[in-house]
Amino acid sequence: MAKKVALLQGNEACAYGALYAGCDFFGGYPITPSTEVAEVLAKELPKTGGKFIQMEDEIAAMASVLGAALTGSKALTASSGPGISLKQELIGYACIAEIPCVIVNVMRGGPSTGMPTGPSQSDIMQARWGTHGDHAAIAVAPASCQEIFSETVRAFNLAETYRMPVQVLLDEINGHMRERIELPEPGELEILNRQAPPVSPEQYLPFDPSFGDVPPLAAFGSEYRFHITGLNKAADGFPTTKARLVDAEERRQIRKVEANRDKIEKNEEYMVDDAEILIVAIGTISRSARHAVNELRKQGQKVGLFRPITLWPFPERRIAELAGQVKAIIVPEMNLGQMILEVERVTKGACDLHGIGRVDGEPISPSQIMDKVKEVC
Amino acid sequence: MSKRYEIRFSGAGGQGLITAGIILAEAASIVEDQYAVQSQSYGPEARGGASKSEVIISDGPIDYPKATLVDACLALTQEAADKYVDTIKPGGLLLLDTDFVKKPPAGDFKIYRFPIINTAKNDVGRAIVANVVALGAMVALTGIVKRESGEKAVLSRVPEAFVELNKKAYNTGYERVKALLD
Repeated sequence: MAKKVALLQGNEACAYGALYAGCDFFGGYPITPSTEVAEVLAKELPKTGGKFIQMEDEIAAMASVLGAALTGSKALTASSGPGISLKQELIGYACIAEIPCVIVNVMRGGPSTGMPTGPSQSDIMQARWGTHGDHAAIAVAPASCQEIFSETVRAFNLAETYRMPVQVLLDEINGHMRERIELPEPGELEILNRQAPPVSPEQYLPFDPSFGDVPPLAAFGSEYRFHITGLNKAADGFPTTKARLVDAEERRQIRKVEANRDKIEKNEEYMVDDAEILIVAIGTISRSARHAVNELRKQGQKVGLFRPITLWPFPERRIAELAGQVKAIIVPEMNLGQMILEVERVTKGACDLHGIGRVDGEPISPSQIMDKVKEVC
Repeated sequence: MSKRYEIRFSGAGGQGLITAGIILAEAASIVEDQYAVQSQSYGPEARGGASKSEVIISDGPIDYPKATLVDACLALTQEAADKYVDTIKPGGLLLLDTDFVKKPPAGDFKIYRFPIINTAKNDVGRAIVANVVALGAMVALTGIVKRESGEKAVLSRVPEAFVELNKKAYNTGYERVKALLD
């Protein structure tokens, strides 16, 4: 049978990817350039018994997502920089209380209200460190509409598997552009659900480390009763200040991502084998970079592209390896130097490092990257 | 290496040019088996003032999703013509509305003109389908999708009651440019 195809905006693809993953709750507050995610879900969720709610602001929207997720829903919110800033307190709450949920950030210029209709990648560091305190972070950064669909599905899988918030980073360009998408059949993409408690309600402890680094999460409102708090807590969910318990809990939460990097990390490498110059780029700008690589290869330049699809945790091992085999790395990004700091951290001076930053509301063009490569050579 | 073809529809916000771009992208990538990316201007410029919608069509995957050098450009207003012609490829194509672009911009491109909006109003019967007239015209001008693919994409988007109107609009635009080319 012929594949079901459609011409979809990135934001629409994100919404349909969420539905495919089993998302049955959206709580949000509209903001450019993310609003189409909410628009599609407002229309589609009620058809299948899901819930859509527009809250009074972004903070309440995030709170509704946490509440829904705790009752067993696969919950989503979508926003842009200003809204994501407001959500940070509750994103931290999701981290410490280990609540699986997905947060879409269609990045626009900033800080503050910034440039609502301009593309940006300036929330790269916010996606890692936006909320305070030590915490693990997972963020994915798809480039095409097809990949926005499949990475949104994967974001839900990661949230459910590791019992934590996961961010999907888009930008105004890939959020709004339209491309043909092949809509996968049910069963074609893997869907992962959270683990049910293997014990009776009487025996259940919501943060029992004897089940491993990701304790099973029961549904709030079911026969399983438990306590949720933003305080550091013991296995029973009640607050504790016991040094040993707090330390173990904090370390377990970092470890659930660090020890599973191989399963979480996902990259694309394009013409890197013999590359002398490596471009590291994400999202829309990785497409500018790919164009530049194709053009430069025609001219005989040995250039390659490394594209983190999982942005956080940062693919440090592979980038460090590649740094040992190239002369220079170039990091083009629609901000004034964020991802380059991570590249610098992991390459430790093993090769030359150059950034291209742009914050005028225009994307970094292929020719801008080509000029930089020629300058570096 | 895949061949990239870039088309820009420009005019004023509200003229339906974003829809025209979407329909062309559907004709290329859903009706036909090509690759297409459609993007558009957002923000204040999309709500009145000069507005544009871009479609990139290729026989292979498209990397950079924005226009670099435009192969064919439509301009329905003087403001759009003045603002958006600067990235037309040398020797490229420019289609203008005769009535609304009184001063054709100068440059290394081939200019074609006919009264697009008044054709929609007088010959087709409704000014609102000027974007579909323009789409038919751009399909004829560029040959980037087959005539029937464009028509199929137009008709898959319109309600039953407006099928004939849009069919007429599309084919009138197509024929007007065909006549200019012959």
